[in-house]
Amino acid sequence: MTGVLAELARTFALLSLVSIGGVNALLPEIHRQVVDIHGWMTDQAFATAFAIANASPGPNVIFVSLIGWQVAGLAGLLVATLALLIPSSVLAYFAGRVLTRWSHHPAVGLLRDALIPVALGMMLASGLSMMRTVDHDVVTVLISLATTVFVYTTRRNPLWALGSGAIVNVAALHFS
Amino acid sequence: MQHDPSATPRRNISKAELFFGFLKIGLLGFGGVAPWARHIIVEERRWLSDREFAEILGIGQVLPGPNTINAAVIIGDRNQGIVGVLLCLLGQMAMPLVIVTLLAVVYDRVAAIPEVGAALIGAAAASAGLVLGTALKMIRNIRPTPLSYAIGAAGFAAIGLLRWPLVPVVLVLVPTAIAATWWERRK
Repeated sequence: MTGVLAELARTFALLSLVSIGGVNALLPEIHRQVVDIHGWMTDQAFATAFAIANASPGPNVIFVSLIGWQVAGLAGLLVATLALLIPSSVLAYFAGRVLTRWSHHPAVGLLRDALIPVALGMMLASGLSMMRTVDHDVVTVLISLATTVFVYTTRRNPLWALGSGAIVNVAALHFS
Repeated sequence: MQHDPSATPRRNISKAELFFGFLKIGLLGFGGVAPWARHIIVEERRWLSDREFAEILGIGQVLPGPNTINAAVIIGDRNQGIVGVLLCLLGQMAMPLVIVTLLAVVYDRVAAIPEVGAALIGAAAASAGLVLGTALKMIRNIRPTPLSYAIGAAGFAAIGLLRWPLVPVVLVLVPTAIAATWWERRK
């Protein structure tokens, strides 16, 4: 048991340091480690865990937490989660400190202004890639587009759009 | 740092506000946390302006680790130091961890019901729209310069349309963005 926990910690701590773009960008490597190298999960169990993590709220780190849970219960969940979070968070902590400390330096201002369009471009790209993964018929495409307009034009709680999307798609199941 | 007229006056956000704010972000964060983080932080609680939020998200994006986790680290530290960091991370992770474990326990029984699948897909389709609508709203509020538009569009095309791998795209795009911003300011 301790061996498995140590191996979980080592695997995800290393992945943490290369996880630019978050967990989704690491998906192929996580699959390779968890299914092919360590044999902790079958291919099917891996896909199911991914579906469950996607249906849950929260950062997609919880996919890794769920792998830990399936492999070694509560201890596995904690070890996998902390292993993935601590290295990158320590780095973000010091990077944030440096940037705040030197916030009046022109180079830091330049860097921050330069990163804004990068963040916005990535966010648009992630919306599109979610549409491509999820939307397989006219109804779901319309739900995505209607939500885009709703969020863009109002300040209302987006939960209304998510609830409506769920209801519309269930209704479509019955009327088609 | 550029002066930003829309920026809210600086005040320290309390430990309880940070924890409960991020607890709500985690709990609501279906299909990606960033839009919910913006909804709570910029629109609901007004901790940051759109520009400040985009700056922090941009830093969180190019560092390793999930962008909203990195943003939570930076926001927590700026307001309440290391304790703030821990509260923001705990807040953002607590409910999702409980929910994902509960879902894993009931999944096999529930997944066979067609309505459940349809509802999840409908909500996920809406989440995609939530991400797109949020990004468009941020672009409208931040009003990027023409060159910034070009950089953002190039990043979107490379990752979203051409589906190139993220790391090399970031390695090329960030220096280009810095050079472009520097050049645009010199004029």
